Amino acid sequence: MMDVGRHPRINLYTYSEVEDVSGYIGNFHVKVRKKARYVNEDECNACGECEKVCPIVGPDAFQQGFSSHKAIYMPFPQAVPSVYILDDELCLGHNPIACGKCADVCEKDCIDFDMEDKIIELDVGAVIVATGMDVYDPTEMDEYGYTRFENVITSMEFERLISAGGPTEGHFIRPSDQKTPQRIAFIQCVGSRSNSAVGNPYCSNICCMNTIKDSLLLKDHYPDIEITVFYLDIRAFGKGFEDLFIRSKQAGVNYIRGLPGEFFEDPRTKNLTLIAENTNTGEIQDYEFDTVVLSVGVIPRKDSDAVRQLFTLSRTEDGFFMESHPKLKPVDAPTGGVFFAGCAEYPKDVKDSVTQASAAAGRAQVLLNAGNISIEAITSECHTDLCSSCGTCVTVCPFNAIRGGDAKAKIPAEVIEAMCKGCGTCAAECNFDALSMKHFEDVQYLAQIDAMLEENHMDNILVFACNWCSYAGADLAGLSRLQYPATQRIIRTMCSGRVDSKFILHAFEKGAPIVLVSGCHFADCHYIDANRWTVKRVEKLWDKLEKLGIRPERLQLEWISAAEGQKWARTMRELEEMRAKVTEEEVTHTMQVLQEEREKAEARAAKKAAKKLTSKPIAVEAEA
Amino acid sequence: MLEKNLRVGVFVCECGKNIAGSLDCQKVSDYAGTLPDVVCSVVNKYTCAEPGQQEIKRYIKEQNLNRVVVASCTPRMHEPTFRNCVSEAGLNPYLMEMANIREHVSWAHLNDWDAATQKAMDVVRIAVARARLLQPQIEATIPVLREVLVIGGGVAGIQSALDLADAGYQVHLVEKEASVGGIMAALDKTYPTMDCSI
Repeated sequence: MMDVGRHPRINLYTYSEVEDVSGYIGNFHVKVRKKARYVNEDECNACGECEKVCPIVGPDAFQQGFSSHKAIYMPFPQAVPSVYILDDELCLGHNPIACGKCADVCEKDCIDFDMEDKIIELDVGAVIVATGMDVYDPTEMDEYGYTRFENVITSMEFERLISAGGPTEGHFIRPSDQKTPQRIAFIQCVGSRSNSAVGNPYCSNICCMNTIKDSLLLKDHYPDIEITVFYLDIRAFGKGFEDLFIRSKQAGVNYIRGLPGEFFEDPRTKNLTLIAENTNTGEIQDYEFDTVVLSVGVIPRKDSDAVRQLFTLSRTEDGFFMESHPKLKPVDAPTGGVFFAGCAEYPKDVKDSVTQASAAAGRAQVLLNAGNISIEAITSECHTDLCSSCGTCVTVCPFNAIRGGDAKAKIPAEVIEAMCKGCGTCAAECNFDALSMKHFEDVQYLAQIDAMLEENHMDNILVFACNWCSYAGADLAGLSRLQYPATQRIIRTMCSGRVDSKFILHAFEKGAPIVLVSGCHFADCHYIDANRWTVKRVEKLWDKLEKLGIRPERLQLEWISAAEGQKWARTMRELEEMRAKVTEEEVTHTMQVLQEEREKAEARAAKKAAKKLTSKPIAVEAEA
Repeated sequence: MLEKNLRVGVFVCECGKNIAGSLDCQKVSDYAGTLPDVVCSVVNKYTCAEPGQQEIKRYIKEQNLNRVVVASCTPRMHEPTFRNCVSEAGLNPYLMEMANIREHVSWAHLNDWDAATQKAMDVVRIAVARARLLQPQIEATIPVLREVLVIGGGVAGIQSALDLADAGYQVHLVEKEASVGGIMAALDKTYPTMDCSI
């Protein structure tokens, strides 16, 4: 901790948050909000005089609320930077007339009630996301009485009560009477490995070993203490872990396989009685304890959504950030130039966090060291001769990469290549075919659709899958060997926003029984919100199909993330049931209707073009 | 829109048993040979391995190929590999197209030999149709800034920041709370060494 504070090449911004990110791999522009701490960081020497005179106290979050701190305080003794902070919600002193005592005693004049948040702008080549974890709150699991019984505490609270730097200076006491308990129970898997509505289904990885560690600390401090651990399985798989488990058992810790079913408090003694079945022996027994520690699990940070949106990251079903590949790219984010370290990616202990952090640093160096990187040539371009300057592309571009498109001033659209990320929404929305996507052009898609449907067109579902989510979800389904009927043919788009209405109509005209457009969930879209245009387009098509007497259900829209292999397989099974019910007669009818519709539209367009040609000289004359 | 003198080569990968165990790679390759503008189609044991890549390069030169279709795994895995491979043989990397017959076919239909083979043939046909219309592209090269942002000052963020700073890069470490340390700083001792967390 100290080292980061004094390293010449580390700029440390505490009490700060990343607020905005633009750019791309190798070239991110980041805005960081440095919140006002009302104490000048460069000047404060942590003398503590301000704290002595401050008249206001509030609960100390670092000590899990077991003690209090003043309105101006040091977060904890070893804090880096070693600088005071003023809690503006507690402090009276925004108006110095009300109080201002701290400012009066500060010899270095560090306290500034008028300090404002600062925005710091950074340009970086790579980003490491090490946003960490939250601890499971057992309030919702009321059967263990965390909210009702004073002597039920969490493992996080235990840490502060056993710590020499804690509120009791390491004398472990129970909350109801401040006495050192003689009989203590640990209950494992609180909020983890749950198959009910409360808690999470995954294993939190660290809690077994943490309890084993806690049991040894207690035995070390209080050799006569009786410790019972209620568990489902003890997972002690790491290097040296089994040794610790054996040491704990040898120290006399009683391990009982089975979680308590019933839980009571004696209102007089505040002791806790719980009934549990030892599933190894089948015995059901009552146990009485002075204190019960809930070994709470790890959950994704509640505020991680902000970072997720800034870097268009995805999350796995458990809510942690998803890596680029579970085995081969475990620290790379799917977004280029972004890497994961620590519990942001999945629950892990200190050793694994440090290991992954070094791995992430190594991966980042591979990029930073390269000097130059090439960017895929998948960008859109405007053919100005076809552009009507209507401005639709300017409206739909999620990256503001298109300028011009001004009908009044007759300025055609122009794509700024460096800003274009290649979603292709502009190409899909342009009614004049003026915008095209390099490497993902209309003619290429139409040829793929034709190729798919030229043989046995009734047999297969045509699937448009976006590269980042749905195509990757199909990859994951395969990787997981999930089996589903072999009756779909996938056409990859970079974004579902690229799927032009004309591709879908063309597919139906050529005899597709079912078409699926699949993409990322909202807010997961790799191109900010390009998939919102996908929805609008599909909704319009549903209306159109209905008007033409074509069942709109034959066009399906589904959001499948890269983590949802199961959903992919399930969707394929459901669509196959749907496909099997589409009759040849129905498809033939659709083909006829759409062919007529297309011919009519083409005739109208030809007429309009002819009219435009003949009307042009007249307009010129009028102007003359 | 189609160019004249298109010469497409199709390379069907067995991926050991990963693909060849669930579908008929030879049949897929034979079928590919019947598709328009396909001048050669071959089966490789492992197309991504050195011998497989050498074979692609050899065919590009000997057969004067100007489009390549690799029928193997997901492009999310090996598209960069095969783009490199064809460019080393003098072809623009964007003239290579992949047909995903592993994740989307052999692994998803392990016990349906005929249907998987048919699907692989269709996937290759679709890929060839696209390959015939591919155009060469030029990639823009951009410089990489030698600075890095670390978000989060817990044990992981601290370790990453120190490693990168020690390696000579400028690091910006952003921490939401008033001090670095994160959850780790609130722990008393940590396993397996049973020493102090800070």
